[in-house]
Amino acid sequence: MIAAYLVLFIPFAGIIFFALAGHKADTGKINVRFNLICLLATIWLAVNVLNQGTILSSDKAFLIDPFNVYLIVLTAFIGLTTAIFSSPYMAHEKELGKLTDNRLRLYYSMYQGFMLAMYLVLTTNNMGVMWVAMEGATLATVMLVSLYRTPESVEAAWKYFILCGVGIAQALFGTILLYYAAVQIGDAENSLLWSVLYENAGKLNPEILEIAFVFMLIGYGTKIGLVPLHNWLPDAHSEGPTPMSAVLSGLLLNDALYAVVRNKMLVDGASESNVAGFLMMGFGMLSFLVAAFFLHRQKDIKRLFSYSSIEHMGIMTFAFGIGGASATFAALLHMTVHSLTKSAIFVTVGHAAQVAGTQSMEKIRGMIRTQPSIGWGLLIGTIAIAGFPPFGVFTSEFLVLLATMHSYPWLTPLLLLGIGIAFAGLFRHIQPIVYGERPEGQLPVKANLWPVIIHLGLVLWLGLAIPGFLANWFSQATSLISGSAPL
Amino acid sequence: MSIEQTDFYTQAILSMAALIGLTSFLMLGQGRLLRLIFVFALQGFLLTLTTALAAYILKNPHLYISAVLTLMLKVIFIPWMLKREVIQTNMHRDIEALHNKTMVMLSGACLMVFSYYVLHPIVHTTAPVMLNALAVSLSVVLLGMLLMISHRQAIAHVVGFMSIENGLFFAAIIATKGMPMVVELGIAFDVLVAAVLFGIFFLHIRSSIDSLDVDLLNKLNEVDK
Repeated sequence: MIAAYLVLFIPFAGIIFFALAGHKADTGKINVRFNLICLLATIWLAVNVLNQGTILSSDKAFLIDPFNVYLIVLTAFIGLTTAIFSSPYMAHEKELGKLTDNRLRLYYSMYQGFMLAMYLVLTTNNMGVMWVAMEGATLATVMLVSLYRTPESVEAAWKYFILCGVGIAQALFGTILLYYAAVQIGDAENSLLWSVLYENAGKLNPEILEIAFVFMLIGYGTKIGLVPLHNWLPDAHSEGPTPMSAVLSGLLLNDALYAVVRNKMLVDGASESNVAGFLMMGFGMLSFLVAAFFLHRQKDIKRLFSYSSIEHMGIMTFAFGIGGASATFAALLHMTVHSLTKSAIFVTVGHAAQVAGTQSMEKIRGMIRTQPSIGWGLLIGTIAIAGFPPFGVFTSEFLVLLATMHSYPWLTPLLLLGIGIAFAGLFRHIQPIVYGERPEGQLPVKANLWPVIIHLGLVLWLGLAIPGFLANWFSQATSLISGSAPL
Repeated sequence: MSIEQTDFYTQAILSMAALIGLTSFLMLGQGRLLRLIFVFALQGFLLTLTTALAAYILKNPHLYISAVLTLMLKVIFIPWMLKREVIQTNMHRDIEALHNKTMVMLSGACLMVFSYYVLHPIVHTTAPVMLNALAVSLSVVLLGMLLMISHRQAIAHVVGFMSIENGLFFAAIIATKGMPMVVELGIAFDVLVAAVLFGIFFLHIRSSIDSLDVDLLNKLNEVDK
């Protein structure tokens, strides 16, 4: 259990340290170290869970089970690799005169603040604290979206703040209704603890829980980026600094989905009807299709990939909605591989935009000829995210497709159509960017592409063979969520 | 069951729910920013009274802490901050022309009916007073959203945002006698940070578009121009 406290304490210390120390030449490297220590702590925690199974802290405030433990390690890992990327990237942005020391101090302090909020969402056992941490993540990142202080970034940040703030207020109403249902059967003090709620899910009033779930899905769904609540997402991703886009896409969206699934488990326990599942399938499918079409209309490279994030979150929400063992397993795998691939893509996109000096796709050309590592990284990343074998995204999308054919065959054509349209939408933009003629005077930038290589390597590995302990966690989480074990 | 047969606490809660709902409607039709902020502070004060009353009658001392937090944040700090902003930017003499005032008020009434409709399934699990309290708080939440849609000033948006919080808080006090302490402190902390961030944002918006009219924030969209 000490490991869990350590995971929360390190980013907390980080917030205070960066806020007090201010920005110096080596702050980026210190940020990397903070994240590295945190990753080691999460691995320690994971080893504990591997040996002992589910851990519930003695005051019942924290719960680490197979469902969240791999997400915690994933969060720490992406936090670390993005920190490695952000150190030279932010230094370059400062050289260009876009940022000042004070804003970088805010950036590094809130980077740790965001990480703290993410760990708290995942580790807490209290549904109310989960809400507070989710709102905390918005508050920590909203000033980072407007870090450049351009009119566009201020607009994006305002939109993000208002939409996510109002959206997440709905989730609080849902949480209040959940608590209201819970106090009718148990003592008030422990009634918001997930472990208590899960044990007594059968006794909770199904009608109240169904209403509560609608509010939760709208609330946390705003953060997942479900259509039609997605408007903030492309703006925030395209106007904020690129490391922020990487962690927003890779971590925040996942954690919001995690919150929805935790609530779905309670509703499924209480109610016989599959309301929660159908709602998630509907919203998931809608987001997936709308985002796939919108990919074709994009002009800004970061907006392009943020729509791709909406598309993939749609697939995951849809798969969790189907609910059977194989669909749930696929959704868990997809959460992992999407996070790894998407953050790798944002790293290369950030460098590509620095090489070309713009984010407009019409002007980014000839990446392979200018800087082969960035060009190939972008191409391979796009191939991976579009769902080509042998990458992990293919495996998980294939499993989702199989599960759909099994449970709802009439939805398969829609799913295939969407995947095809999304693939075309990505490649019509990326192909000229990587293969096109190199514009005059375009020079390579200093870039650290190790994060990309490691991420894509892991995605490839997960596509070929899932390591035993991870498969074991996925299976345990699947039986926890769907009630039946995968084959 | 008629209202005279219920105990004092239930009657008080029902009156408070009615008054809080009324303040939401008052805010909805308000074109002057200073008066809008005043009504918002009034709503916060009613909420404080409700919390203190619940704390006294249900003998639940931790609700006193919530009452004090509400008083400090919603009645004193946030209205003070917004008022200062209005006077600094010299907007206190402007009257915002609201489009379709009648339509907005009518849709507000529809939202209230809709809240009752949504929450009706819970009526047979509990006393009718709960349905009223929860439906009023849901409609305060929805009216807060309508306020944000129908007004163009960033300050009105913040008032709408905070009044949504008020509605949620009212639901938590009445339906569940307050959330667990750790959650309530967390929520209060989030509201405080949000209020401070809004203050910083006013500065940024003013320096980028030279006004607080959020209709001018329209650079980012999917429509070709």
